[in-house]
Amino acid sequence: MDRLEGFPASLSHPSGYYLMNKSRMVRAEHRAALLFLLPNIIGFLIFSLIPTVSSFALSFVDWGLLDKPSFTGLANYRELLKDSIFWLTLKNTALYSFVKVPLNLVLSLLLAILLNKQLRGRNFFRAIAFLPSVCSSVAVALIWAPLLESSNNGLINHMLSFFGIDAIPFLVSPAWAMPSVIFVGLWKELGYFMVIFLAGLQGISRSYYEAASIDGANARTVFFNVTLPLISPTTFFALTTSLIGSFQIFDLTSVLTKGGPANATNTLVMYIYQNGFQFFRMGYASALSLILFVAIFIITLVQNHYSDKWVFN
Amino acid sequence: MNTIQSSQKTKRRLNITALYLLLALLAAFFFIPFWWMVATSLKTYTEVYTRQYSLIPTSLHFENYRSVFKALPFAKYLYNTFKISALVIIGTLTTSSMAAYAFARLRFKGRDVLFFLYLATLMIPRQVVLIPNFIIFRELGLLDTHWSLVLSGIFTAYGTFLLRQFFLSIPKELEEAAVIDGYGYWARFMNIIIPLSKAALTTLLIITLLSIWNEYLYALVFLQSDRNRTLTLGISLLRGDFDVKWNQVMAATVISVAPIVVVYISAQRYFVEGIALTGVKG
Repeated sequence: MDRLEGFPASLSHPSGYYLMNKSRMVRAEHRAALLFLLPNIIGFLIFSLIPTVSSFALSFVDWGLLDKPSFTGLANYRELLKDSIFWLTLKNTALYSFVKVPLNLVLSLLLAILLNKQLRGRNFFRAIAFLPSVCSSVAVALIWAPLLESSNNGLINHMLSFFGIDAIPFLVSPAWAMPSVIFVGLWKELGYFMVIFLAGLQGISRSYYEAASIDGANARTVFFNVTLPLISPTTFFALTTSLIGSFQIFDLTSVLTKGGPANATNTLVMYIYQNGFQFFRMGYASALSLILFVAIFIITLVQNHYSDKWVFN
Repeated sequence: MNTIQSSQKTKRRLNITALYLLLALLAAFFFIPFWWMVATSLKTYTEVYTRQYSLIPTSLHFENYRSVFKALPFAKYLYNTFKISALVIIGTLTTSSMAAYAFARLRFKGRDVLFFLYLATLMIPRQVVLIPNFIIFRELGLLDTHWSLVLSGIFTAYGTFLLRQFFLSIPKELEEAAVIDGYGYWARFMNIIIPLSKAALTTLLIITLLSIWNEYLYALVFLQSDRNRTLTLGISLLRGDFDVKWNQVMAATVISVAPIVVVYISAQRYFVEGIALTGVKG
């Protein structure tokens, strides 16, 4: 090693450091690295890495928390394949995600484009749109549960009655429950992704728009051929975050519909919770956790695989 | 010529009116639920029963708030949430900025393997490791203590990852001058890197604040006794099946969202810039 680690050669010239014994310097750097890392790494090992590894191991045991864990091989996974509620929760989670995420991306992008215009009071409108994003899903669910009440006493049905629409059983009918959850999920998230898209839009250099206007492009052409391609990295980020977040849905359904009616809004994470902490089946809950991980992993892989076809970096 | 100009002008004015009308509708869409929450928190139970939909209470009943504080230990919930949030924020910012500095600037054996492990856990959602975390805290005897939420909240790989990316974008030349002046690693970290990373640290602070203040699942699993509960967990238990006293539930909900909404309104710029930064840096 001829030069100071991590620094360009030009800099390792006469200075106090140059005279220091090199192996002593390397050791000093190692010691510094250890001290810098130590506080985080201990916690990371105990509360992140070990749980990750043991989650995998736990999925092969049968354990009721009070008894001794017994190794059962693939039994949890075999049971899982035959468990109709598991398949239903997987379907519900996928349905929620694959319906909500595209709507979320389109609507939050439109919102961002609208609030990127030179308008009076746009900061005020942005602030209001973002407001639901700082609140917990639990609070949001508590606000929307009475608003979506199935009698005309609920605000939404009361408003619909002005248009001669009969009261809709938003949260109590299996057919309406999932659309209602998606709607509330959108209400909570749109402002957040609007902010992400606003940052993307503001990152586009003005010169692209000037060039397009010299070429006489109309607003539609500009949107599809300039704006969309240039914010594609932002869109990719928004798609990934939104989709991964949606697969983890628990808080909203747990309070808004309690997973019902008749499991119509029961989700994978809720089923993990139920198995782990209501039925005390730690092994089975761990197997379900692993399925959740694999689902998210596959989504990430597929997205990355196709990203170079539409994301311009 | 003149008529064409004036008709264009009228058209533009109409467009702008339509635009503001749309904005007003959108603002109503996002804001009315909040308004309704506050309005309902001041209604009587009779009014909730007959006119739950109303946006303006016939009379204001602040005693709903008093009943909430009487029925549930809400002051304790508030204190618990503040305490847990403060500890998680301080812990996350200090430990992950230090680790990020090591990953961004220092050379040591196994650095890349270690960083790969951080990256790998970044992909694993908290829900996946809920069961093992529960077992670990049970073994440590920390279930039903705030330490379980604090410790499981601090050591996420995300903070280290975010700050490392940011530190890498700081020119090394800035530190090289300090090396010549004989500054050690710690002095460089504290006097050069940290002051230059205010934007990234603010982002991490806001993301951490939002996630821990609003945490539900971990609180639900870890905290059992009433006196240990957080605000989010406390209000979640109020969702009954029928005959819910929505005026009191809304008063409780106002109490749970008010602190974070106040923080948001007074630091709005930082929230928006912070969230925007996560998208730009990826």
